[in-house]
Amino acid sequence: MDLRYTNEQTAFQQRVRSFLAEQWAPAENKRDSAFITRFRQLATDEGYLYRGVPRRYGGSEQAPDVIRAQIIREEFAAVRAPMEVPGNGVALVVPTLIEWGTEEQKDMFIKKTLTGEYRWAQGYSEPGSGSDLASVTSRAELVGDEWVINGHKIWTTLAQYATHMFALLRTEPDAPKHKGISYILLDMKAPGVTVRPITQINGDTEFCEVFLDDVRTPASMLVGPRGDGWNVSRSTLKHERNHIGSSTRTMPMFRSLVKLAQRRQINGRPAIEDPRIRSALIEIEGYLQSQLWAGYYQQTLAANNESPGVLGLVNKLTTTNFFHRVAQLSAEIIGDDALLAPKQGRDRGGDERWVNQMLGSLGQAISGGTSNIQRNIISERGLGLPRSGSEN
Amino acid sequence: MRFDLTDEQKSLRHMLAEFFGERFGGAQGVEAIAHTTLDAVLWSAVGELGLAGAMVPEEDGGLGLDLLTATVIAEVTGHYAVPAPVVPSILAAWLIATAGNDEQKGKWLPKLLGEGAQAAFALAEEGGWAPADWTLTGAHLSGAKLCVERADSADLFIVGGKDGSLAIVEAGSATVTPVDTLDRTRPLFTVTFEAAEADVLTTDGTVAGRLFDALCITAAADALGAACAIQARAIDYAKERKQYGQLIGSFQALKHQLADMSVELEPARPLAWYAAHAWDMGQDDAARMAALAKAHLTDISVKVARGAIEAHGGIGYTWEHPAHLFLKRAMADRSLLGSVNVHRERAAALAGW
Repeated sequence: MDLRYTNEQTAFQQRVRSFLAEQWAPAENKRDSAFITRFRQLATDEGYLYRGVPRRYGGSEQAPDVIRAQIIREEFAAVRAPMEVPGNGVALVVPTLIEWGTEEQKDMFIKKTLTGEYRWAQGYSEPGSGSDLASVTSRAELVGDEWVINGHKIWTTLAQYATHMFALLRTEPDAPKHKGISYILLDMKAPGVTVRPITQINGDTEFCEVFLDDVRTPASMLVGPRGDGWNVSRSTLKHERNHIGSSTRTMPMFRSLVKLAQRRQINGRPAIEDPRIRSALIEIEGYLQSQLWAGYYQQTLAANNESPGVLGLVNKLTTTNFFHRVAQLSAEIIGDDALLAPKQGRDRGGDERWVNQMLGSLGQAISGGTSNIQRNIISERGLGLPRSGSEN
Repeated sequence: MRFDLTDEQKSLRHMLAEFFGERFGGAQGVEAIAHTTLDAVLWSAVGELGLAGAMVPEEDGGLGLDLLTATVIAEVTGHYAVPAPVVPSILAAWLIATAGNDEQKGKWLPKLLGEGAQAAFALAEEGGWAPADWTLTGAHLSGAKLCVERADSADLFIVGGKDGSLAIVEAGSATVTPVDTLDRTRPLFTVTFEAAEADVLTTDGTVAGRLFDALCITAAADALGAACAIQARAIDYAKERKQYGQLIGSFQALKHQLADMSVELEPARPLAWYAAHAWDMGQDDAARMAALAKAHLTDISVKVARGAIEAHGGIGYTWEHPAHLFLKRAMADRSLLGSVNVHRERAAALAGW
């Protein structure tokens, strides 16, 4: 156990700090998108962003280094500087194209995805294919030199703002279910694409339904081998798996919860002096500190190419359970404000904003593999228990 | 930046798992594990491992290792519900080496490290476990200490006194009364002193605080070990027990319960390690992390142990099956040194809330 950085790592940390002090801290236009784009470019030139992406496609092409990645994340977070463009494009499409894409696809898409000019919708889930993703029925038929696509996608995050979609589509109707799917790219402005936002229980519209009616995309928009889309879709970032058991979302939320308990009153005293609230806060902090140090442990294991075993499978549920506990306690603290509907958009209102967290914590339990699917994965891959269900 | 055990710590853990696994890890019955009196053969074999000197500096004849290593050892002793005071011996020897004068060190360290002498901590009183709750005073101690582990075979007591003073009292000068103890692997006693001669180790309350934190962190690791052991047994059982013509381990209801236990246990281990590391480095957050780890790990360990017994069905509820030893071990770790809420309140107060 040695939680200090080496001299080399400390020097690197200093370089990142100086960079941020010069390029980010003094800026007055931190919300200006042109400024942010320029800042990202400078940070990429320094080798701080897009480290796993080759330079010719707009990345900084750095050797994998988990500790450096962690230093960058911590230093950027400390001054709230923007990191890579958020969303599916950078997280999923770019690594998939680097591994499977043609030169044409890489040249066409990667750079503009890194700058945020292209935004991607993930066309995976369908009304009949949620957890059982390999059962997709939306299909693509090769007609001449174009794919003709028909089907219906759902839970498509931010599709109303997307410029492109990466979709899993059935191209080989007679093949077994995992074998007949292909990974295909299409333009959201193409005729036949209809987007309908879905209003969620908190009033937000983060998801959409996308109807695909005779949508055409060039044959060259197939990524990886035809019928191998299942494998292609499983490409993940091999370098510096950035968010292993990360507490980057949970730590700030806990700090806000403590501040809330210090500010709100229960029976005429600060809520944090109420024994039940104190005890519940520390109970939550027990889980938070566990997640934090389990995260550092997993970073070390990743840096040494060692497997985290079962620990590596529990991270999503750890976060989900944390959000749920925070939701319960915040409801205790804000009292009648929990009767109010949360506001949307920039105006976040008063403490009823915590109602958004209460509802959002449910979204965390469902999106990206429901909690019960996580439990299947832990028990089967982690604990070696027999598989359930008939089709697996 | 390296958050992991050293290779030496990993191989020590492996060696101890083999050593105790051979004795207590298999199909041995309850009686093999639950010794109400200290098994002299086991204690002598443990003595040969040289563990008692783990945290004693090398110049005093010890191994010069840290609390993180003792925490790793504690998890193993919990995992096999080891019926011998391995960790108390380590911490008693550390305390004497740290706080004792040359005479005290010369008298007790050779006995503890080489001759199989056994130490017991006599800390708890009616008012509580923490140094602030200790009341005994004077060079001749009078009063009662509660919940003293394996006092019947102890050669010396480390006795906590007023203002966090610590003293050695030899076994002959105390009256030892057994308590019908829940955790059969660590029987407890009431120890009564009547003007017993106390050889004062320290009156520096910070030493008592360090000792108390170290006991909390190792108790947390002990509970985690017990919970992991019984979860592993429940998983094994789910892979062999059939009902309705299927392995019960193929039923999602049970799989999900077992998975949720991993969600509790797996991230908790690094917290125990960090708490030990903070103690080793003398960090400002060491006491708070000790309280947090004690509360969190013992709480989740009891929760997991209960679920694992439930997963065994009726057989898990029998005296004959060893499952209850692990549940009771975790329950004891939860209550020893103060309850979950006592430590949560300590952690809250130390945060300045």
